[in-house]
Amino acid sequence: MLRAVLAALVCYVLALAPNPLLAQTSLQSLLQTQKDEVLKPSRASVGAVLDTLVASNLPGVQDFLEKWQERQVVLNTEDGLFYFATGAQGDTLLLQDIDSGASLQAPKSALTDSRPNGGVRKEIAGALVRFQLSGPDIEKRRAAVEAIARAPSADVVGLLQASAQAEPDPALKAQKQRLAQILVARFAPDSAARIAAITGFSGALSLDIRAMLNQILETRPGVAPARPNANIAEILQPGSDALPIAAAYEQLVAADLAPPMISPAQIKETLAQNISAGAVAGIPLAQLAQPDRRIAAYQALVAQGKAAPLVGPEDMTKALNAHVFYLAYIEPDRAITDAARATLQDIETAVAFNKGADLALDALSLASIYFLAAIGLAITFGVMGVINMAHGEFIMIGAYTGYVVQQFVPDYTLSLIVALPLAFAVTFGAGVAMERLVIRWLYHRPLETLLATFGISIALQQLAKNIFGTQARPLTSPAWLDGAWVINDVVQISYIRIAIFVLALLFLGLILVVLKRTRLGLEVRAVTQNPGMAASMGINPDRINMLTFGLGSGIAGIAGVAIGLYAKVTSEIGSDYIVQSFMTVVVGGVGNVWGTLAGAGMIGSLQKGIEWLNPSNTLAAQTYMILFIILFIQFRPKGIVALKGRAAGD
Amino acid sequence: MPSLSTQTSGAGRKTFLAQHPSVMWFLLALALFTLGVTVLAEATGAGLISTSFVKTLGKTLCLCLVAIAMDVVWGYCGILSLGHMAFFGIGGYAIGMWLMYARTEIIVRDSLLAAPIPPTPQEITDGIGTQIFGVVGSAEFPLIWAFADSFALQLLMVILVPGLLALVFGWLAFRSRVTGVYLSILTQAMTLALSLYLFQNDSGLRGNNGLSGLQNIPGFETVSQDAISIGFFWASAVALGLGYVLFAFVVSGKMGSVVRGIRDNEARVRFLGYHVESYKLFVFTLTAIVAAIAGALYYPQAGIINPAEIAPIASIYLAVWVAIGGRGRLYGAVIGAAFVSLVSSWFTGGGAPDVELGIYTIKWTDWWLVLLGLSFVAVTLFFPQGIGGLFDRLVRNPTPDAEGQK
Repeated sequence: MLRAVLAALVCYVLALAPNPLLAQTSLQSLLQTQKDEVLKPSRASVGAVLDTLVASNLPGVQDFLEKWQERQVVLNTEDGLFYFATGAQGDTLLLQDIDSGASLQAPKSALTDSRPNGGVRKEIAGALVRFQLSGPDIEKRRAAVEAIARAPSADVVGLLQASAQAEPDPALKAQKQRLAQILVARFAPDSAARIAAITGFSGALSLDIRAMLNQILETRPGVAPARPNANIAEILQPGSDALPIAAAYEQLVAADLAPPMISPAQIKETLAQNISAGAVAGIPLAQLAQPDRRIAAYQALVAQGKAAPLVGPEDMTKALNAHVFYLAYIEPDRAITDAARATLQDIETAVAFNKGADLALDALSLASIYFLAAIGLAITFGVMGVINMAHGEFIMIGAYTGYVVQQFVPDYTLSLIVALPLAFAVTFGAGVAMERLVIRWLYHRPLETLLATFGISIALQQLAKNIFGTQARPLTSPAWLDGAWVINDVVQISYIRIAIFVLALLFLGLILVVLKRTRLGLEVRAVTQNPGMAASMGINPDRINMLTFGLGSGIAGIAGVAIGLYAKVTSEIGSDYIVQSFMTVVVGGVGNVWGTLAGAGMIGSLQKGIEWLNPSNTLAAQTYMILFIILFIQFRPKGIVALKGRAAGD
Repeated sequence: MPSLSTQTSGAGRKTFLAQHPSVMWFLLALALFTLGVTVLAEATGAGLISTSFVKTLGKTLCLCLVAIAMDVVWGYCGILSLGHMAFFGIGGYAIGMWLMYARTEIIVRDSLLAAPIPPTPQEITDGIGTQIFGVVGSAEFPLIWAFADSFALQLLMVILVPGLLALVFGWLAFRSRVTGVYLSILTQAMTLALSLYLFQNDSGLRGNNGLSGLQNIPGFETVSQDAISIGFFWASAVALGLGYVLFAFVVSGKMGSVVRGIRDNEARVRFLGYHVESYKLFVFTLTAIVAAIAGALYYPQAGIINPAEIAPIASIYLAVWVAIGGRGRLYGAVIGAAFVSLVSSWFTGGGAPDVELGIYTIKWTDWWLVLLGLSFVAVTLFFPQGIGGLFDRLVRNPTPDAEGQK
């Protein structure tokens, strides 16, 4: 005990006033003065040792700290000196003298390791930062800057500024200067310098600056009989949203300004403790099921001095009215908090603006996914009036095709190039087969097509489960699609989503060209508008129906590959998108590419918009979106882009 | 039914049952079936049928009831609703709320009465709230539980909630002349929205945990499950019989002719001066209410209800049953629902023997859905009349429909 106190005392004295004599001695002798602390460091006490070492300005300190951190410092019990352990040779360890660097050996049995634990090593790392900031290794410099950013403290400001001056790497230099500004804003003793640093951050988007400003603006709640002379952020009214009555009263109780509330549970407990002969204070137990009798019994107990007095609502209101509730900044300087608040407000505006842009990008990407998933459906629905419930399963087939291709073609880029046309071919074939075998017999019974294709859908889904199992299969995207395009700290979009957007644009163009510029497209449009007339003009509607159905299914296959790239491939991947695809088609208007585009855009932005309003709950977002769509159909039953005239059919 | 007007205006006005011998036959068959099960059940007879199988049969009767409701709205009125299982589920939730509340109330009251101080009503309510909503991290009763303590009011909810929902939804949809596949998709969207809403923890209905312990009927703690199951079986049989008569009445007579006219050609019926929307709305709402009643009888036998039961796929299966049984004939729906649901539980329950194919063994638990899907396609393609169509061939010559198809 006495030894520990003495050691602590010595450390304390050393830390407070570095002895000028010590500064001139060797590192070894400095270590000898705190032998115990170096040998068995603890997180609480190592700070003093580190301060002493750093203050000594000896040349070997950095080296020693690094070795210490890596647990290479040993104590030779024979001569009582510290050494660096450099390697082992059988039973002997190779040692290195701390000051001279001379090599020597010692038997393992004579050595005791200094084993700093995790907490201590963090402290050592903190002390090392000042050496590494200006060191020759850029990786170490970078790590040091990050370490400071993680645990900012007032005493490295000067160090950081000095090292920023001398920093050769321009990017790191900017980072250091920025970090130095952040530290100045938080810790500088001169309030003008702090305000200048704070206002300098106006409009900056990054998280660390926002965190720093929020730290400056940190408040603590308080209560006092009258408005205190502090840097007050806000006076709170008890009963408002920010401060409910109960919370306000608890605050009063915590500050010893009011007697504590007696909760119903406490009343019950007190009553239970005072039962005598089947009654409490003369009131029989059976009556205590009524709240007012309970109160009466309790009041009787209070009168007998057996319980603490109740706090009624009037007492509460009186106590609340007699006090001022406030939030006070921890930072006492009003000018600084004002500057921080103004800057934060600027930043919030910029952030909100950028978040809007980010949301728009998200919505765009979601819309392109829906467009890809729905366009095939729109084509078949528009041309043939046939709802294909198995459309989602064609998406699934496309995704599994991509997965299977990756099993044979290990190069992800190449496999993607193979998978896209292959998925189209496979689902095109499946679509044509389905049209020939099932759908063409049901053209006059659209409701039954819906059911028959649903039968195919459950059969295909279960088939996929039987073949590929229920667990999700990965469809890995090539490395060049990994990562995200980061525009700033708020706005970013992953490359896969950009790729899907490009793919959607590509298909929009392709389909428009096919429909408007080719013979097939002309015939498809003719059959869409009037099959009977088209047939009498020499167009074979059967062939057109088959090709259209194949085309729609093929695009679903490609959508499947695209969706599989960012979602895991399961047998349910199709059914996750099918309802949204239907919605897209119905909202957009049947038989029109632009309609589908508008539908996808609307549903995508709607879903993202609702998610933004209610970010915690994507289920609710989908619910509200569907409700909105049901209502939307009321006003535009034929969708956004409705066919007009004879083409509209019935 | 072209001969109807001549019959009613004729001299001898026949009774409803005499006009529709199939109703008579169905009720007779149902009565015989009920009697047979009663004689063989554990609580009331020889004990040859296990209690769990009595429950399965009782549940199947409820499914038959919702199937005839679906048959009326689809097979007779031409509205392929993919939302009737949602109404079925709402009925289950409505009765489940009371069952769970009353049961928890008994447990909570018993445990609180063990304490020295008798509980106040508020304490009991709080205790029930903690018991029921603890699983979703809450103890407050949401507003929709306001009537959960009253059996009568909650029974009213079984009818009112789905009835109002169907009324509002149907009014919106029919008024804007959403028909055909559009309407199907819209009803499917409604079902999806409802199930997604119920999946949330803050929906007030315990999120994806659903309501459970519904097989314990408050007030009948001492009665064994054997007796309760046969009781529910009887109730289901009575409900099915009443529902059958009700719908047979609705689809016969003048109203039935108009309803079938709407199915075959809505525009012509409208031009004849009938207010098509009202008829559709009436059929849609009535069938929704019957579906909800079927659900209220089903879930106490199932014991648990959760939002997955309301997912759109359930409603599609309902359409599958009706299609396989045969649309446009009430007994077809009953046959379809009973046949498919019993066969389905036979296949998926491991009852069907595996098929050895040398290199591959077909396990029916894996392949049943493939079979169901394909047979569904086959029925749609080759037997649009379903199983019920076979009966028709025995009984009478098929009458051609509006498009001349037999």
